[in-house]
Amino acid sequence: MRYAQTGYSLEVDLSRGNIEIVETDPELMQLHLGGQGTAAKTLWDRVPPEVDPFSPDNLLIFSAGLLCGTPVPGANRTAVNTFSPQTNLFAHSLMGGYFAPEMKYAGYDSIIIRGRAPDLVYLWINNHRVEIRDAAHLRGKGAQETAALIKEELKEPYAQVAAIGPAGENRVYMASIEHASASASRGPGPVMGDKRLKAIAVRGTNDINIARPAELYELFLRLRKEIYENPYVGDWMAVEDDDSFHHNNFAWGNARVRRKNFWSKELEARWAALTQKVRDRLTGCYNCPKQCHHVISWPGRQRYFLKCFGKDTYHMAAFKELDFSYEILALTQEYGLDSYSTPQVLAFAIELYEDGILTDRELPGFPADSGERFYYLIEKIVRREGIGDILADGVYRAARRIGRGAEKYDHNTIKKFEQVPIKLVKLNPPYFLMYATGEKMSITQIEGSFPQDPLPTREEREKFVREWVAVPDEKFKRIFLEWEKREQLSIEASCAICDWNEMMHYLDDALGLCGFLSSFRGQFGGKPVYHSNNLPHIISLATGMELDKDGLWEIGRRNRNLVRAINVRRGLRRKDERPPEDHWKIRDPEFEQKLLDAYYSFKGWNSEGVPTCRTLAGLGLDYVSEDLLRRGILEADENAPVREALAAEGTGGCGDA
Amino acid sequence: MPDGRKKKTVKTIKVILDRCNGCRACEIACSAFHARPKYSSVNPARSRIRVIVDMLNDEYVPIRAAGYTATACQGRRVYTINSKQYSECSFCGAICPTRDLFKEPDSGLPLKCDLCEDDPPFKEPLCVQACPPGALVYEEKDEEAEEEAADAGREALETGLQTLIDNYGVQKVAGSLLRMLQKE
Repeated sequence: MRYAQTGYSLEVDLSRGNIEIVETDPELMQLHLGGQGTAAKTLWDRVPPEVDPFSPDNLLIFSAGLLCGTPVPGANRTAVNTFSPQTNLFAHSLMGGYFAPEMKYAGYDSIIIRGRAPDLVYLWINNHRVEIRDAAHLRGKGAQETAALIKEELKEPYAQVAAIGPAGENRVYMASIEHASASASRGPGPVMGDKRLKAIAVRGTNDINIARPAELYELFLRLRKEIYENPYVGDWMAVEDDDSFHHNNFAWGNARVRRKNFWSKELEARWAALTQKVRDRLTGCYNCPKQCHHVISWPGRQRYFLKCFGKDTYHMAAFKELDFSYEILALTQEYGLDSYSTPQVLAFAIELYEDGILTDRELPGFPADSGERFYYLIEKIVRREGIGDILADGVYRAARRIGRGAEKYDHNTIKKFEQVPIKLVKLNPPYFLMYATGEKMSITQIEGSFPQDPLPTREEREKFVREWVAVPDEKFKRIFLEWEKREQLSIEASCAICDWNEMMHYLDDALGLCGFLSSFRGQFGGKPVYHSNNLPHIISLATGMELDKDGLWEIGRRNRNLVRAINVRRGLRRKDERPPEDHWKIRDPEFEQKLLDAYYSFKGWNSEGVPTCRTLAGLGLDYVSEDLLRRGILEADENAPVREALAAEGTGGCGDA
Repeated sequence: MPDGRKKKTVKTIKVILDRCNGCRACEIACSAFHARPKYSSVNPARSRIRVIVDMLNDEYVPIRAAGYTATACQGRRVYTINSKQYSECSFCGAICPTRDLFKEPDSGLPLKCDLCEDDPPFKEPLCVQACPPGALVYEEKDEEAEEEAADAGREALETGLQTLIDNYGVQKVAGSLLRMLQKE
């Protein structure tokens, strides 16, 4: 019997209509935990780098995190992984809600989809009965509407549905997969559309077994109370009316303008009143007492869930106010569009029009008002009509297809992906590393454990450090105590901070934990519920696996290096690892390259950012180095500089060596 | 205490609809408590409390399993609360042929909430303990009620006796009763 896991994957080939239930190797949990970790292993093993993201040979994998479906509060993330047509790299995507636990109760740790259906279909998973069903009648339907229709026709109100809207059907690169209050963005939406899979509905009534249940139950009750009462976790954007931070500091329009004095008390009161008027309720995800999503009813539109920074992106990109976001989101979420990347594509198009690069020829009848322009462009993009067909490929590719100088307007992408619109003054060394070397494409998926800013006095810093239980290593306390100015962190400290930050995300994404309780929430207040000191015990209670902190970090490093190797095999190299030129006004190219050198060697990567044979061997990834050697990406004698680094650093991460 | 009345403790779980955030932890707690061995597994389908969710209608209603349906149920009423419409079924904990709720998934046998009877007893049922937002509130009320125990079945007995009297006449019935009493 397996604990916490089901031990099975569901394999569906949409080209042939074949469905198989496959028992998984128990050792995979020991090596990768689950969720994105095991998905990375599957993608490495089964999708060679030559496979185009829009090939039937590309896989689309929904995986439940290892702790999903157990009593561990906030463990509900579904990882959706594939190769993204936008970046041509590993697509990292996560959604909350209820989908992953339901997958587990249905009997599957992952759903692996390959091939392409002859016509639009949906998948109905009812425990061990699995059907590929016709979805012709759902073509063009909104995501929530699709979910409601499927539940009705199956007469299964308790099924959980993940669906694409028309944006995904038309392979729009910014398309998301929508599920209940959550959505999966950054790549898998257009792949699901390419596979002609409109939705997956799942219902499960099987048990998930727990290794040490009585202890885990005590923890469940205690943690639920702690999470509910801990003001440092959850999404403050959902419950606080003061949102001066994003409005005064983030860039508006096509990531261009900072409006440092935008926020006012008058505005705050007005927006708070509006929110009260249109908000029906705050909801959480499966097994989480927090209230991070607004349920919004906008007059004349279907009720929808608003989450996260999506509350700001549309109106900031359009130079509008909150009412604009509330209304447009009702439409874009039904279309299945990601609210981080889409507004940037729209603002980019408007800038091109204002500067005469796009004209009335491409945009006939283009309205004068920026808000109306957004609606105009969205219709074109979702249907891939005219210029919409080009814009639907995202800013990077659209800029190159349009040409005529449009490339210069693509100033906020990394690795071909739209970034959160932040434009600052002074180079911030750990952030340089996170932006440059991250492979999750959004800074929100990389930052989060080490505080963003120092505390002003030594006294405050000492108090903070005393209460700081999340630190994996004493060295972070020393770094924090000495830290006075945001940008003044040594190369050594910057490497350690970047490593810890991204490590927590790699752990969350394999365990299915929400970043708002864990990886993202250490940076303000330093009191995340989950951290690498308490997770080994929690994992042991749920799974029975013996694990300590070092063992957990080793698994995290294995997953991290495997994702890096997957991307390296698809061409990722040092040249791709740089933040947008204007991310900071004041840059220092020489220092930046030194930082990158230091970080690569800290990670056990060579000067091109490729994990060395020695690093891979240390993580039991010899099969990866063999492949990289065979392809000529690694050379056999390439581990010399790394040996020194290993000796100096004790393999990095949290090692106490 | 007045004649025919006595004190009794009524235990119940009050639901405050606006506080439910839809997280379904109550289902996890319940299914684990009722698992054998206790806590060994999680399976919301075995839970005796389920959150009825209709997202598009902003409807989140935790209901507890309450045994079989009343035979007279029509189940067609619609309630309007704070301008939202709820079907009667959203508030009904009955095991019912029209829906897949409160049936043990393996056997199909009905499930019924027992307020987590345990030895020693809990301060509150586990679903309530698992709900810090306070959508579920445990209540114990001492109520003065008609002394049901003494009166229980009196009406049915009298109806039956009346039928016998109608058929045989009051003399014959009284005679039979007397003979039965003497035999004892």
